[in-house]
Amino acid sequence: MSRRLRFALVVAACAVAVSLQAQVSFERVLQNEKEPQNWLSYSGALDNQRYSRLTQITPANVKNLQLAWVWQNRSLEKFEATPLVVDGVMYTVQPPNDIVALDAATGRPFWTFSHTPAAEGRACCGRVNRGVAILGDTLFMGTLDARLLAVDAKSGQLIWNTQVGDAKAGYSITMSPNVVKDKVIIGTGGGDGPIRGYIAAFDVKTGKELWRFYTIPGPGEPGHETWTGESWKTGGTGVWNAGAYDPETNLIFFGTGNPAPDWDGRTRKGDNLYSDSVVALDVDTGKLKWHYQFTPHDELDYDSTQVPVLANIEWQGKPRKVMLWANRNGVMYVLDRVTGEFLKGKPYVKANWLDGFDAKGRPNRVKFPTAEGTFVQPHVHGATNWAPPSYSPRTGLFYVATWENSASLMVEGQFPRAARPNGRETAMGATTLVPFYNRDDEAYGVIRGYDVKTLDQKWEFKLGDITWGGVLSTATDLVFGGGRDGYFVALDGKTGALLWKGSVGGQINAGAMSYAVNGKQYVSIGAGNSVFTYALP
Amino acid sequence: MRFIISPLIFLAALMLAPSPDTAIVFAQHETAADLLDGERAYGTTCVNCHGPNGDVIAGINLLTGQFRRPYTDQELVNIVRTGIPNTAMPPSTMSAEQAAKLVSYLRTSAKTKSTPLVAGDASRGKAVYDSKGACASCHRIDGVGSRVGPDLSRVGQARRTAELELALVDPNADVQPQNRFYRVVLKDGTTVTGRLLGHDTFNVQIIDMKEQLRSFVKADTREHGFIDTPMPSFRTRLTPQELADVVAYLGTLRVSGPGAGPGGPPPSTPQQRGR
Repeated sequence: MSRRLRFALVVAACAVAVSLQAQVSFERVLQNEKEPQNWLSYSGALDNQRYSRLTQITPANVKNLQLAWVWQNRSLEKFEATPLVVDGVMYTVQPPNDIVALDAATGRPFWTFSHTPAAEGRACCGRVNRGVAILGDTLFMGTLDARLLAVDAKSGQLIWNTQVGDAKAGYSITMSPNVVKDKVIIGTGGGDGPIRGYIAAFDVKTGKELWRFYTIPGPGEPGHETWTGESWKTGGTGVWNAGAYDPETNLIFFGTGNPAPDWDGRTRKGDNLYSDSVVALDVDTGKLKWHYQFTPHDELDYDSTQVPVLANIEWQGKPRKVMLWANRNGVMYVLDRVTGEFLKGKPYVKANWLDGFDAKGRPNRVKFPTAEGTFVQPHVHGATNWAPPSYSPRTGLFYVATWENSASLMVEGQFPRAARPNGRETAMGATTLVPFYNRDDEAYGVIRGYDVKTLDQKWEFKLGDITWGGVLSTATDLVFGGGRDGYFVALDGKTGALLWKGSVGGQINAGAMSYAVNGKQYVSIGAGNSVFTYALP
Repeated sequence: MRFIISPLIFLAALMLAPSPDTAIVFAQHETAADLLDGERAYGTTCVNCHGPNGDVIAGINLLTGQFRRPYTDQELVNIVRTGIPNTAMPPSTMSAEQAAKLVSYLRTSAKTKSTPLVAGDASRGKAVYDSKGACASCHRIDGVGSRVGPDLSRVGQARRTAELELALVDPNADVQPQNRFYRVVLKDGTTVTGRLLGHDTFNVQIIDMKEQLRSFVKADTREHGFIDTPMPSFRTRLTPQELADVVAYLGTLRVSGPGAGPGGPPPSTPQQRGR
């Protein structure tokens, strides 16, 4: 071959490559049910159902599940990311902010992109990250120093790097971004400190900020009157987790965090909107369409760090577009996601801070802090936290990893103290979430299935420790989950019966997910400092 | 007397001072391996501020022997180790021996460095890059071009002029580990080539000529192994002036892109190089 011909062929080969790129269009992300082999957003779909349509692994054969591969990260931080899988390539985040591209069939890395957060980038609860979003050939990651990065999915090269918040002022980002159409939308963490939280949209191509919604209304805006004095400027209300998107209404929904200071409401009298709420924003403008506040004037850190779960269900005999929410405050909710109407709220763990709701769904709070301490359930760490739940449209059950029977003493102006019923410290009554092993009926981690039509509990699988692990359901009625004691379990989604377990030897602090490569289904979980991926032989 | 005593005191101080001032004496003279060690030290430490050609700081060209004032080898060793107070030159953690190897490299480089015969023009070089050279068909700069070849967005930060020129006229002469090309022949005869991203006992990962991330089980292939770079030589394809222009253009590609600025991340790290 002549050198000239060889040159021409090389140029031609490279040039052709540009036109053959497989792009992850927003339509692909939105219509994820057409390609169940891929996991294209944090919860697998923008409704956050975390429901896999793959059917190779079944209740009958799940007992044969074997470890396919392990990828060990090089960080000792908690591993909270749910990976994406796109056409055989897995993208996950090694904490705090390194994106890694792995071969999804072998766990072997293609490339690593490293971002070292600025020293002032700190989060309240670990230098963690919950994963990336993708559009086209671009990955998006929020960083501990409150930046948003766009990184080439093929090469791992940085495309743009935008400051979302001022890390020196206490802003940070640990959540997975949301991509909707031509925007990447992300919120700011750090809401346990004196920030004023917000959600902002950025142009996917340039990183330019397009709109910003403050989670605390400013002067002249509705809701501003729910803060006293200057407290709105430092009222926290961060955003810690991915939102949900409803294409029919073009609304994106985010849960918001607690008001600051967390446990002392005396300087911020009022409801403190929009803390501990779900806000529904128009994707094009960032304007608030509706909101619902789960915990007005929170003094127990009951922030709504959970992902909103959207479902179309039969509600009181009629089809209804709803939002399901198992909240940190111990109450499970069904809301109309089009209007924000409160349809039902029901405690799903022991919750004594309220005794019901008014007609509009405002909780009637009955527990208040006192100098000697008020016994309040659930505990200051709540009934759940950010760990993502799952909804199966097949079983009609809402699967939640939760902490049952926990309690704190709410003391005026102070950090909550351990509750000591029966003259001794109860499990998780301590503020440090220490599991309790002396009595089985006191405070435990548990995975449960709830009927979304009634919010009645249908089954539970008790864990030997608490859990920060997310839950996955599949089209074969399997439920995968796990907890801090290092077991990854497969349960019967109809009964909660244990069908399989894998010992991962480290805490599960991430959400499970499933994908397929070359026709083979895998189930993957981050645990300890590794990704464990299982498949049938 | 003061004129004479002062240097004596200075010499005594030198002799009594801790290790940074201890003279380094090679057994005979520096070996080729010493110079290579020095070059590596330059590439991992000095290059960040002084640049690949040693000429980023005004008035200094480390690789041609141009300093603020003449220094002895020992003085340079001390500067490398302790920095220069009240300037941007920081101290380092290098041992006296490591610093001595670095200084040997700088001295040798100054003696051997070739001067380009033709001065290049960066703007003309960009035009050659975009048109006659068709470089973007394999390379990428700030998001434009193919990902198959090495990303050149910051190549001017990482490579010296002589290295850039060599890569253009004799691309196989010195291929960086992360830029090696690899070929896999599957059992059905399908051949896949691409830039190697990683390989181990059982698997190999490449980005193929269609810019797809591909992974292969070695046992499932008929053959696999390294191949020459597909980068053609531009020795005769471009004129000497055009070559000089392209080199000048590539030399301008430094940290000014999205990674620049406070908190900005470094470029991605191919796994072969570790983290």
